[in-house]
Amino acid sequence: MSVTSSETRQRSWWRSNQQWLTPWLFLTPGMIMFALYVVWPIFESFRISFYDWDGLGEAQWLGWANYQELFKDRAFKTSLKNNVIWLVLYMLAVPMGLGIAIFLNQTVRGIRIYKSLFFFPFVISQVVVGLMFSWFYAPNFGLLYKLTEFLTGKGIAVLADPDLVTYGIIAAGLWPQIAYCMILYLTGLNNVAPDQIEAARLDGAKGFKMLWYVILPQLRPATFIAVVVTVIGALRSFDLVSIMTNGGPFGSSRVLSYYMYEQALSEYGYRMGYGAAIAVILFLIMMVFISGFIWKMVRDERGVN
Amino acid sequence: MFPRPVDQASPLVRTAYQVALPIALILWLLPLLGVALTSVRPSSDLAAGNYFGWPSSFAISNYAEVFQNSPIGRYIFNSFKVTIPTVIGTLVLSCMTGFALGVYRFRSNILIFFLFVAGNFVPFQILMVPVRDLTFNMGLYNTTAGLAMFHIAFQTGFCTLFMRNFIAALPRELIEAARVEGVAEWKIFWYIVLPLMRPAIAALSVLVFTFIWNDFFWATVLTTSASTQPVTAGLSSLNGQWIAAWHLVSAGSIIAAMPPVLMFFLMQKHFIAGLTLGAVK
Repeated sequence: MSVTSSETRQRSWWRSNQQWLTPWLFLTPGMIMFALYVVWPIFESFRISFYDWDGLGEAQWLGWANYQELFKDRAFKTSLKNNVIWLVLYMLAVPMGLGIAIFLNQTVRGIRIYKSLFFFPFVISQVVVGLMFSWFYAPNFGLLYKLTEFLTGKGIAVLADPDLVTYGIIAAGLWPQIAYCMILYLTGLNNVAPDQIEAARLDGAKGFKMLWYVILPQLRPATFIAVVVTVIGALRSFDLVSIMTNGGPFGSSRVLSYYMYEQALSEYGYRMGYGAAIAVILFLIMMVFISGFIWKMVRDERGVN
Repeated sequence: MFPRPVDQASPLVRTAYQVALPIALILWLLPLLGVALTSVRPSSDLAAGNYFGWPSSFAISNYAEVFQNSPIGRYIFNSFKVTIPTVIGTLVLSCMTGFALGVYRFRSNILIFFLFVAGNFVPFQILMVPVRDLTFNMGLYNTTAGLAMFHIAFQTGFCTLFMRNFIAALPRELIEAARVEGVAEWKIFWYIVLPLMRPAIAALSVLVFTFIWNDFFWATVLTTSASTQPVTAGLSSLNGQWIAAWHLVSAGSIIAAMPPVLMFFLMQKHFIAGLTLGAVK
C-alpha cells in the first residue's frame, strides 16, 4: 500500500494513541444517550421536586414544601403502604417459580413444550395480562365471581372491593413474574453438578433436605437474579394498576409509581413538582435495593479478576 | 439431576406425572384460555349469559370487527415503528460500549460499567418529568421517533451489561494475537469481535423487541394520539371505549400479544439464553 507522507505521520500518531483512545470513541455515543436520557433526568427530577410547576409556565421555588405536603397526604400513605404489600407478596414469585421449575425439571416426552407454555405469561404485555385478569375478576360473570358465588353464596367482585383490590392486582402481577423466576431456576437446575447430587444421594439425602443443603446453594446465582428482578418488578408496578383499576376504587389500589403519574399528568392540572417529589421517594426506596445489588456485583467482579 | 427423574420411579408415579402435567398447564393458562375463547365468542353469547360454556359458533368476525372499527392496525404499525429502530439503535450502541468495556482495561472502566448497570434499576418515574420535557423541547413529543429515542438510551444500559459480560468471556488470545500482527483496533472490533457476538446479538434483539413492544408506561407518557400510540397504549384506550364488549377486548388483546409471542416461539433458544444470563456460573 502506498501512502503520502502526511498520511503516514497521522497514521503513526493514531497508531501510538489508539490503544487508549479507541475505548472512549466506542463509548461516546452510548454514554451521551445514556447521560441525556437517564443520568441527567435523575438530577433534574430532584431539582424539580423543590418547585411548583405545571410543566409549561414559570416554576415557583417551594423549598421542602412538596415533601412536607407528602407527609400529610393520605393518598401518599396508601400508596406507600400498597408498595410495601407489593414488595412482600411479590417475593412469593421466587419460591413459586422454584416449585414449578422443580415440577417441570424432567425428561419425559414433550416436556420442552410444557416448559415454554408455562413460560408464556411472561412474553405477553402486562396490559394484556391486566385485561385478562379484569375479565377473570369481573363482577356478575367473571370466573372468580362465579366461583365464590358457588362456594359461599355471595360473589366477590375483587376489583371493586377496597380491601381486596391490591391483592387481586398482585395476583395478576405474580402470574408473569412466577414464569420469569421459573425459567431462571430451570436454567439453574440444568447446571447443577450431577456428581454432587449422586454423592448426596449415596449419603442418603433426598427430598427437602437434598433441596436445602445441596441444590439451593448451587442455585444461588439464579436466586440472586430472581430476587433482583422481582424487587424491581414490584416497585415498577404501574401497568397493571393503570389497566385494571386506575388506582381505584377510591384510590385504594394506588402505588407510588401510579400516584406519581396521576399527580404529574392528571386531568386536574399538572403538578410536576409534587410528582417529582413522589418519584424521588420511590427512587430512594429503590436506591436501598440498588446499592445492595451493586455492592454484591462489585464484590463478585473483584473476586473474578 | 434434581428431582430424581420420573422414569426411574414406579409406573404409578410416572402415570400420575403424565396426568398432572396437562392439568397443571390448563390451570396455569386458565386466564389466557378464557380470553382466547372469549375472542371467538359471538356477542349474542355474551348477551345470553354464555360466558364460560362452549361458544355457540366461532365468531372469527370479532377479529375482523376489531380491525374495521378501531385503529388497531395503525397501533400495530406504530409499535413496529418504535420497536424496530429501538432494537437496531440499541444493538449498535451496546455492541460498541460492550466492546470498549469488555476489551480495554482503563481506570474508570468499572465505574462506567456500573453506571450503566445501575441505570437499569432506576424507577421510570424519576425520569418521567425531565424526559417528557426533553422530548417536548426536541420537537419529538407525540412522535414514534421520540419514544424510540428514549428506549434506545434506556435499553443501552441493560444491553451494555449483557454485551460487556459476553465479550469479556471471549478468549483474550484472539485479540492479543491480532494486536501483535498490527491489526488496527477498529478492525479487531469489526472483523474479530463482532462476528463472535452473533449469539449475543440474536438474544438481545428478541429480548429488546419483546420489552419495547410490551412497554406501556412510556407509550402513555410520550404519545397521546391514535396516529402515534403503540398497541399497548392503544389497547388501553380501546378498553375504555369498549365497556362490556369483552369479545372485542379479548380479540384486541390477542392481536396485540401476537408479535412477541411469535418472536418467542421462533427464537426461543436465544430468548431464554438472554433472559437467564447470569443465572448460572
